Parts: sequence; C-alpha cells; structure tokens
Amino acid sequence: MTSEQISEGSRPHLLRGVKLKNDQVRKTWVLLAPERYLRLNAVSVDILQHCDGVAAFSSIVDDLAKKYGADRALIERDVRGLLVNLLEKRMLGL
Amino acid sequence: MTSKPPLAPPSALLAELTYRCPLSCPYCSNPLAMGGRETEMSTESWQDIFTQAAELGVLHVHLSGGEPASRRDLRELVAHCARLGLYTNLITSGVGLTRASLGELAVAGLDHVQLSIQDTVAKSADWIGGYDGGFAKKMEVAGWIAEEGLPLTVNAVIHRANVERAADMVDFAVRLGARRIEIAHTQYYGWALLNRSHLMPTRAQSEKAYAEVEARRERYKGQIVIDHVAPDYHAKYPKACMSGWGRLSMNVTPQGKVLPCHAAETIPGLEFWSARERRLADIWADSPGFNAFRGSDWMQEPCRSCERREIDFGGCRCQALALVGDAAACDPICVKSPRHGLIAEIAARDSAEKNEGFIPRRIERAREKSGV
Ligand code: SF4
Ligand code: SF4
Repeated sequence: MTSEQISEGSRPHLLRGVKLKNDQVRKTWVLLAPERYLRLNAVSVDILQHCDGVAAFSSIVDDLAKKYGADRALIERDVRGLLVNLLEKRMLGL
Repeated sequence: MTSKPPLAPPSALLAELTYRCPLSCPYCSNPLAMGGRETEMSTESWQDIFTQAAELGVLHVHLSGGEPASRRDLRELVAHCARLGLYTNLITSGVGLTRASLGELAVAGLDHVQLSIQDTVAKSADWIGGYDGGFAKKMEVAGWIAEEGLPLTVNAVIHRANVERAADMVDFAVRLGARRIEIAHTQYYGWALLNRSHLMPTRAQSEKAYAEVEARRERYKGQIVIDHVAPDYHAKYPKACMSGWGRLSMNVTPQGKVLPCHAAETIPGLEFWSARERRLADIWADSPGFNAFRGSDWMQEPCRSCERREIDFGGCRCQALALVGDAAACDPICVKSPRHGLIAEIAARDSAEKNEGFIPRRIERAREKSGV
C-alpha cells in the first residue's frame, strides 16, 4: 500500500473504529484508534475533517490550498503524506 | 532528578469486569487468587468509575476480565462509556457472546473487538484453552464481527505448544479480516509464571518465530498491523513494562482495586487504593502504590545512570521482584543486570522440561491454594 493508491478520485475516510476527538483534558485534538491515539496538529485536523468519504482527494486538496492560500503542490504533498501514513496504520479507507 | 514534571493524565483504563471465564489458559495474566462473582462491583460502581475516568483524561477503556461477556450488564457498560465519548475495546475469548449480544454491543457503541486465539489448529487451540469447541466458536464470532463491520484485532499468546505456528497466526488473522494482530510471546506473570516450565520454548524456537513474524510486516503492509511483543527471556533489553509504571494506564480489578499493572499486587508492602473508597483522580495522583516507581528516583544502578532509563524505565518491577527478590532492582532480563545470567539458566532449564501438562487457570483452585 503506497501513495500510488491514492488517486485524484479517491474518497478518503476514517475507517470504523477510528475517531477524531477534541480532548478537553489535554487541550488538543486526538485521533483514536485501536490501542493507540495520535495527537493532531491543526492542519491534520483540518485535513481529516475533509475526509468524509464523499469529497474526492483532488477537491480536498483544492479546498485546503484555497483556504491556506498556499501552493497546491505543497498542500497535496502534505495531505498525501498524512493519508499514506494512516493507510499504513490501517486507519483510513479510500 | 528531584524536580518532578507535572503528572500527565492516564490515557487508558483496563477494566477487569470479572475474573469469571469459561476458558482456562495456562498463561492467563490474572492473579492466582481471584474473587468470584459475589465479590464483583455493581453496574453502578463501574459506571461511576468510567465517568470519573473520562473526566480524568482517559481515552480508551478496555473491557476485559476474565471473560467480560460473563457480565450480564456488558451492554449497559458499553453504552455508558459511549455516551461519555470513551473509546471502547472489548477484549474477549468470544465464548459467551451470541449473535444477538454482539449486535447489541455494536448498537450500544462498541468501537473495537480484540479476539483471542489459542492456536491456528482447532485441536491444539481447544487443548490450550481447556475448552472443547472453543476454536469453532471463535471462528463463528469472528464472522459476526465482520458482519457487524466492527474492527477486529486478533490476539495470540505464543509459547511452546504453538510457537511453530506463530507466523501462521498472522496469516490466519488476515483471513479473518483483522486489521491488527498482537503476537505476544508469553510474559511470565500470574499463571504463566506458575506454568513457565510448560510454556517456555527453546531459544532457537523463539528466535525463529520472532523472525518469521517480523518478515510478515513487509508482506502485509497496509493490510494488517502487527504488534509484536518480544520473548522476554530471550531478549537483550527488557520491555518498557506498561510504558512506564503509573505513566499512561491503570487497571481496575473486579473488586475495585486500582493498579498500575496486572501483577502489581504481587509486590509486598505496596499500598493500593480502591475505587470503592476513593476518587480515581486521587488514586492516580496520590496512591502510594502508583507513586512507588514513578519517574527515576527509585532506581538503583545500573538503571539510575543508564541512557535507556527513559526508554524502558528499568523494565518490569514485578519481574525484578519475582526473579531477583527486589522490586526496585534492574529487571534481570537486561544484559546490564548483574543477575542477567539467571535468565538464560531458567530459560534453558524450563525449555528442556518434558512435562506438557499445564496447571489450568481456575478460580476454585486459586481459592483452595490461598485458603480464601
Ligand atoms: S487468558 Fe484465557 S483464561 Fe485468562 S481471561 Fe483470557 S481467555 Fe480467560
Ligand atoms: S540498565 Fe536499566 S534502564 Fe538501562 S537498559 Fe537495563 S533495565 Fe533499562
């Protein structure tokens, strides 16, 4: 499973049993999965909130590039990086 | 080393809802002396503990035992945790679940199931677990879990009777549709310590199994996540037991005792508090048992000045006690321990034992032994 698997039309979504949570105690967003949790920075939260299984990868990147007023290629690299990481951890579906 | 950083909240709570279990695995991590049903906490007590846990910062609740499905209120407990936004993980042998009860748990908000398998071969699996038909039942339960769309982790404990099939367990878990597998080479506490001479594989067997499982990582990348707990007695450094004593998680026994790990009560002289009498937050912060081995002030040499001090936290306290008689000593699994030679001796002696009969885990037997 590599980054080639993510295509422009992929519709990424968190798998069942993987959940975003705004942790009031630690004052941070976390991603909860079986036996582990990851602390998320604001950009990662933003990316994952876009991954609703409906929006296509390309439109997620478009949205975020517009929102942050950043270079699309850079944003694409970040989004892809996060998603590949979660794919390898079996936390994400396409 | 005297200024203490502020205490971080626990992220996980292992709820041992009951010690009752239809199986009798010879490596069970439960204590040798176990209280029966009449000593267990009520539904309301558990719900109150979960409410306090969520406030304290716990993220994951592991519903375990014994066999948690032996509790009739399992669905209510899951529903309560789900309402609190706690992530619920059911750690089960599968025996005691029905198609209907699993469906109800899913509706109640169960997030994940961890199903144990004793072996990949039915006859051997049933013999190890001491329960005829257990393997077939687990296969049925795995099918229901898939039907419900619940994420599945398979858990397999490795020892002499199944060590040849350690890597098969991974293939098997993939076929069951598991997203994750825990391959845990037996850790010798509780019943496993009692049965060590029946469970210990040879060094060659351990090393072969370890390498074969590791090789599966690449093959199944992106398909199944492998969490691999190394064979302690054949390792160079100890594991970071519980990721550090009182650092991330707490165990609550069926009777309400709050412990840093399964075996903590085997250490004499430590005072542990009960959630029946105190608030969970106070126990986490102030219980003498939790504070006994936090940080590094308690350490002796060679740990005290070791560069791995923050990596493995000096290994396991219960193992140091069991093997060298001092809970504050360096875990003898470590090559730096002056008593490390003992480990190879024990491993060689125990793995050469020919006796294949286990002492099966039993609540009754434990009572006879301890006179409770
Ligand atoms: S290890 Fe075996 S005996 Fe112990 S609780 Fe789990 S299934 Fe029951
Ligand atoms: S000496 Fe202690 S801290 Fe260092 S590696 Fe060994 S057990 Fe860990």
